[in-house]
Amino acid sequence: MFRPTILTPGVEKAVGKLFAAAVAVIALVSAGVFLSHTWWLPPDYSTLGLEIDNQVFETMIFTGTLFVAAQLALAAFVLQASGRTSDIKLFPGGPMPLVALATVIVGLEVLSLVFVGTKVWANIFLAPVEANAVHIDVQAGQFAFYFRYAGPDGKFGVPHPEKIDEGNSNFFGLDPQNDTAARDDIVSASLVVPVDRPILLTMHSKDVGHSLFIPQMRLQQDFVPGLIIPVHFTATGLTKTEIVCTQLCGLGHYNMRAYLEVLSKDDFAKWLTDQAGQ
Amino acid sequence: MVTVSALLSEHPPAESHHHAPEGWIRKYVFSLDHKVIGKQYLGLGLVAVLTGMVLSWIMRYHLAFPDKPVPLIGLIAPTFAAGGVITPEFYLQLMTMHGTIMVFFVLTTAPFAGFGNFVLPLQIGAEDMAFPRFNMMSFWVTFVAFVVLVAAFFVPDGPPLSGWTAYAPLSAVGKGAGPGEGLGQSLWVVSIGIFCIGQLLGSLNFIATTLDLRTKGMTLARLPYSTWAWFITAMIGLIAFSVLLPACVLLLLDRVAGTSFFIPAGLVVSDAMQPHSGGSPLLWQHLFWFFGHPEVYIAIVPGFGIVSTILPAVCRKPHLGPRVLIACLLAIAGLSYMVWGHHMFLSGMSPTSATLFSVPTLIITIPAAIITLLWLGTIYGSKLRLTTAALFCLGFVSVFVTGGLSGFFLSQPSIDTYLHGTYFVVGHFHFVMGVAAMFGIFAGTYFWFPKMFGRMMNETLGKWHFALTFLGVYATFMPMHWLGLEGNVRRYSSFPADYMHGSLALHRFITFAALFLGAAQLIFLVNLLWSRLRGPAAPENPWEATTLEWSTTSPPPFDNFGGVHPVVSHGPNEYGVASPHGDYIMQIDPPTAAPAAA
Repeated sequence: MFRPTILTPGVEKAVGKLFAAAVAVIALVSAGVFLSHTWWLPPDYSTLGLEIDNQVFETMIFTGTLFVAAQLALAAFVLQASGRTSDIKLFPGGPMPLVALATVIVGLEVLSLVFVGTKVWANIFLAPVEANAVHIDVQAGQFAFYFRYAGPDGKFGVPHPEKIDEGNSNFFGLDPQNDTAARDDIVSASLVVPVDRPILLTMHSKDVGHSLFIPQMRLQQDFVPGLIIPVHFTATGLTKTEIVCTQLCGLGHYNMRAYLEVLSKDDFAKWLTDQAGQ
Repeated sequence: MVTVSALLSEHPPAESHHHAPEGWIRKYVFSLDHKVIGKQYLGLGLVAVLTGMVLSWIMRYHLAFPDKPVPLIGLIAPTFAAGGVITPEFYLQLMTMHGTIMVFFVLTTAPFAGFGNFVLPLQIGAEDMAFPRFNMMSFWVTFVAFVVLVAAFFVPDGPPLSGWTAYAPLSAVGKGAGPGEGLGQSLWVVSIGIFCIGQLLGSLNFIATTLDLRTKGMTLARLPYSTWAWFITAMIGLIAFSVLLPACVLLLLDRVAGTSFFIPAGLVVSDAMQPHSGGSPLLWQHLFWFFGHPEVYIAIVPGFGIVSTILPAVCRKPHLGPRVLIACLLAIAGLSYMVWGHHMFLSGMSPTSATLFSVPTLIITIPAAIITLLWLGTIYGSKLRLTTAALFCLGFVSVFVTGGLSGFFLSQPSIDTYLHGTYFVVGHFHFVMGVAAMFGIFAGTYFWFPKMFGRMMNETLGKWHFALTFLGVYATFMPMHWLGLEGNVRRYSSFPADYMHGSLALHRFITFAALFLGAAQLIFLVNLLWSRLRGPAAPENPWEATTLEWSTTSPPPFDNFGGVHPVVSHGPNEYGVASPHGDYIMQIDPPTAAPAAA
């Protein structure tokens, strides 16, 4: 009869050893790189970051343990079974202990991740913004972000899409001739914020979908045309960092970037004054 | 061993519903034979995967060496890449076509329509699919869809750049949104719409065939696990594609008929006010992902079935917990419709919904974990024969574990807040959906090739193919998780000097690994070709397996069982038991054979 393998039991055992070794080395090296933090989250400058980073860390420990355990079990079982000539051994207890194991271990972890994760998520997106927040209006368009501050009067002018004229720097379609609130609006290509003070962003797009991602603030949110999406955060340290677009928006997507500058309270007030005077 | 030839000598042949086709066209082109159609789907998948892979090489080369022209591409595509220079828009066009070709024309066609068409009727003892003409139509409709998609390379401005998800309004407002968003995007929408029709025809056919054409004794409890998987996949596909099809129609209407299903008022694109109002970009996202997430399972569930069919045969041991396995597959299918919103945590939909979508996404890991443990429990204490098909099954378990576990991060909205839109997502879905499904395809190819072509594949080449592929896969896709943790953003054609330039070394490593991985596939191609022409003749049952396809000749006759309707007396899981022909009982063996040990 045709034998479905060209290998003798001895060579088959050797192939099993090679496979087991490869799986074990891949699992341990991969886990080691994760543990070494050679490539890891950037420094955190936000009040949200600690909870998110802790959630990442807890998930990493859980999934990392399962990853190494499952890969080593696969390696060990293949090592044990390849080239084996003695009678087969059924798994002790049949499938139900494994069903229980998976349900209990994964289920408990799922419950814990949901419980903690929901709290973190709620703090980001469901918690009301504090009354003293600095309100900044953000508009995304192919392929730039623009940030608008209300100016000394504390009121935003009403945007009119049909009046958008980028050639004349009217990025938001403001109508200062007829709208007094629009006259002192400050428009910046950078997001400048004060440290330790809540920031409320109201995000909208003028053309297609975009996304605002500030890794150091652990903040990411899509712009959806037709919607005004509020999101808030608080920076905890002085920094200058990048804002990038993460929603595919067209040929210039890769270059749609801006900077976030976190200033001291006084420097921020000075910056606002300077901008208002221009 | 009971074979068809033995049965024929004892029983008069049953009257066949079909007559063998005459003429080359009816036999090999517009064939009604499920076996030919299965091979046609696999052939289409092979052409598609080679196309998609070459596109990915160009992208990877450009990411690693953004300042250097890509060799040869300037000659092949002078319009888009003059002098081999990859422009940002061409990069996105390559990316869009890579994703679309791989997801639709490889991961959907090969594991489900390809292997399912060839094997399912054989495994249930049927002569053909329930609706052979629909079956033929489903392939040719799919073929037309592929031609329409590839045609986008040959129109002015080229293919679309909006990604395989074609998010509106980028995909809806027309050519003002960017190169390829004119005719190229329209061709994309039409292609996917046509593709849906093909898949709906196929899904209906699979369901009707499984329910109606099972031979005598082939109860649902005796169905082979691969047939269960294709049956469940067909049920997933029937609902998923019936949502994507109207979504594509609406998108096309927005593009050409002035409707506004997905385009809101007040948009200014390329300095032009858009004449639309009242639409919702989120509606497209909901419709797309209502299809898109089940699509992940359309790609991977057939792989589950293939692995669960091959593992007992190579382990010489019954599959652990077969009823639990089927229950888990059904649970995954049901849950797959409750999780689409995890692709949209940051889309602007209600933050409360995110929690609702997160919970079933995490819960779906429980049946997936159970299935993985069942595979490990099956391997434990077995008499493992390390054929190439076995190695790809073991590799499937490894990469599925890896990809599945990284999903834990992305299923939590609070972590997705950081990782969404980064290379972490790319690494995750390539492992769990792309590579795992491809390993299922490779396992299926090495396992069923003898039945398809009557020749054995070369096992030495097969093992080299597996070894290099396995190493290449981890070297290519594992580092993408590290890039993602750093915040490296996906879908960027290059990283400007002051942004993410520190990741360039890792990107270069990934590129070399991807080229290595691609080169390893040449071994597979050589093996396919050589074995098809020169491989040793295959016996009826080279793997000593139990299911019905191994009870007929290799390759099977036109009506599959030579005019005999096989009678099934056993389940597919009877390995490790003494019988007249070895340590297994075939499904076709008479009931007097020794009872199963497990």
